[in-house]
Amino acid sequence: MEIDPFIFRLSIFILSIFIGYYVVWSVTPSLHTPLMSVTNAISSVIIVGAIIAGLAGNSDTIFNTSSIFGFLAISLAAINIFGGFLVTQRMLAMYKKKKKGK
Amino acid sequence: MLSANLSAIFYLISGVLFILALRGLSSPETSRQGNFFGILGMAIAITVTFLSIGNFSSGFVIVLIFLLIGGLIGAFIAYKIPMTAMPELVAGFHSLVGLAAVFVAIAAFLNPEAFNLGSPGNIKLGSLIEMSIGAAVGAITFSGSIIAFLKLQGIMSGSPITFKGQHPLNALILISIIVITYLLCSTQSSNLFWILLAISFLIGFLLIIPIGGADMPVVISMLNSYSGWAAAGIGFTLENTALIITGALVGSSGAILSYIMCKGMNRSFFNVILGGFGATEQSASTQNKEQRPVKSGNADDAAFLMKNASSVIIVPGYGMAVAQAQHALREMVDTLKKNDIKVSYAIHPVAGRMPGHMNVLLAEANVPYDEVFELEEINNDFANADVAFVIGANDVTNPVAKTDPQSPIYGMPVLDVEKCKSVLFVKRSLSPGYAGIDNDLFYKENTLMLFADAKKMTEDITKNL
Repeated sequence: MEIDPFIFRLSIFILSIFIGYYVVWSVTPSLHTPLMSVTNAISSVIIVGAIIAGLAGNSDTIFNTSSIFGFLAISLAAINIFGGFLVTQRMLAMYKKKKKGK
Repeated sequence: MLSANLSAIFYLISGVLFILALRGLSSPETSRQGNFFGILGMAIAITVTFLSIGNFSSGFVIVLIFLLIGGLIGAFIAYKIPMTAMPELVAGFHSLVGLAAVFVAIAAFLNPEAFNLGSPGNIKLGSLIEMSIGAAVGAITFSGSIIAFLKLQGIMSGSPITFKGQHPLNALILISIIVITYLLCSTQSSNLFWILLAISFLIGFLLIIPIGGADMPVVISMLNSYSGWAAAGIGFTLENTALIITGALVGSSGAILSYIMCKGMNRSFFNVILGGFGATEQSASTQNKEQRPVKSGNADDAAFLMKNASSVIIVPGYGMAVAQAQHALREMVDTLKKNDIKVSYAIHPVAGRMPGHMNVLLAEANVPYDEVFELEEINNDFANADVAFVIGANDVTNPVAKTDPQSPIYGMPVLDVEKCKSVLFVKRSLSPGYAGIDNDLFYKENTLMLFADAKKMTEDITKNL
């Protein structure tokens, strides 16, 4: 009997939770705020679903209800992607080590 | 057009890059590289999606336009936002992830053919379950984050809003979400789908209103976690590995942060979520309130004490963020250092309104991160330090957490500020902190209260040094 592909996805999911667990515990507490903003940005990879929805219509039906929701979701996710990565970068640029010889 | 197998491999690569992005945050040196990996992973995921659809007709242009609009708004916000407003920003961003998840779920429900999920009214059962979970969690994330945002922004009062029958009502709604999901899957009725969304929005709202302002670190972390689970739910629907991996990463990240925050307050997760910290405990604390003498001083006294010290530990809290005093503080420390005084910073896990909030503010003020220490690292040093300078913190320094089992904060890890030779406490008044209890530290022999705005006081001290 063949294994349902769902089981494979579930395996990936469960293993990723474990990876997340160990990786996040190794994040230094002083970087917890950038951690939140970057997880925010990467969870917006949900934009791939939005793009599929947005491109689903053919030329006559570009603006059907489904694709309109797709378009809106694209904008929302894009705000997060750009905003999240850029603000993380801005924050990380501020973390500096003590200047030597001081 | 990219084959399904090839694009799946690319999605896997972007998932791995996201793992590396989080891994980079283990130290500030590698963090910038980590962020780059994250951006790369996202670029790959988006490009592959376009290529796998391979439809570059008029729809493509519209998608790009919406992408650009969002991108510009996001970039604008990222450059404009002051660092003190990070908690609000993150709460706002969470709400957008939640809403995007809801919209994608709606799009998939209305047009399942586009996602290979069956036809309207006859969606594959597994996909429908995954879709419903993604949509419901997304909706909870959205409305919950909106409330968190309003509370942090001060538009809505930070005090807990409680009413009779709150918990039974929430339990009832949560049960009905499960029942409706079940009915939705057996009937495929679109009305039930909309009802499911509506009550999920409602429960997100109801879950967050009873939680008070200083518990926001837990709430934000929790919503961070939810946004991850919502993304994972949608990832299962779309059979997309990048989304599943990311959702799991973000979900566990938020869960760990919530755990760390709860531990920092010595409270169980449920205690925080069920809300009403200030409301229930306040009555007990007001009983034994007698007028006790405090010593108060001015900037001159504080400057004198610090000038004669050889080591100073600074304890910043949310009050510092409110007063925007981080730059003035750094200037004061620079002057101290010129006088050969050793200065370090002690940060409590729940200082501020989100995990790591104080660290970012100090970094913004050019404080080197190797002068900033976490509670466990520095707590033993207080006994050897001459002066503790408490600026905008309160409950996290309260020795009552170690001595009085009756106290609502008993058992909470606190900074041993009272072990210093002298304590300078910058505060507007003697009013109790968020937990609603008096701080014994105010009345100690070696404590000098500095009643003033944090920023102004710090500037005045610098002048007097």
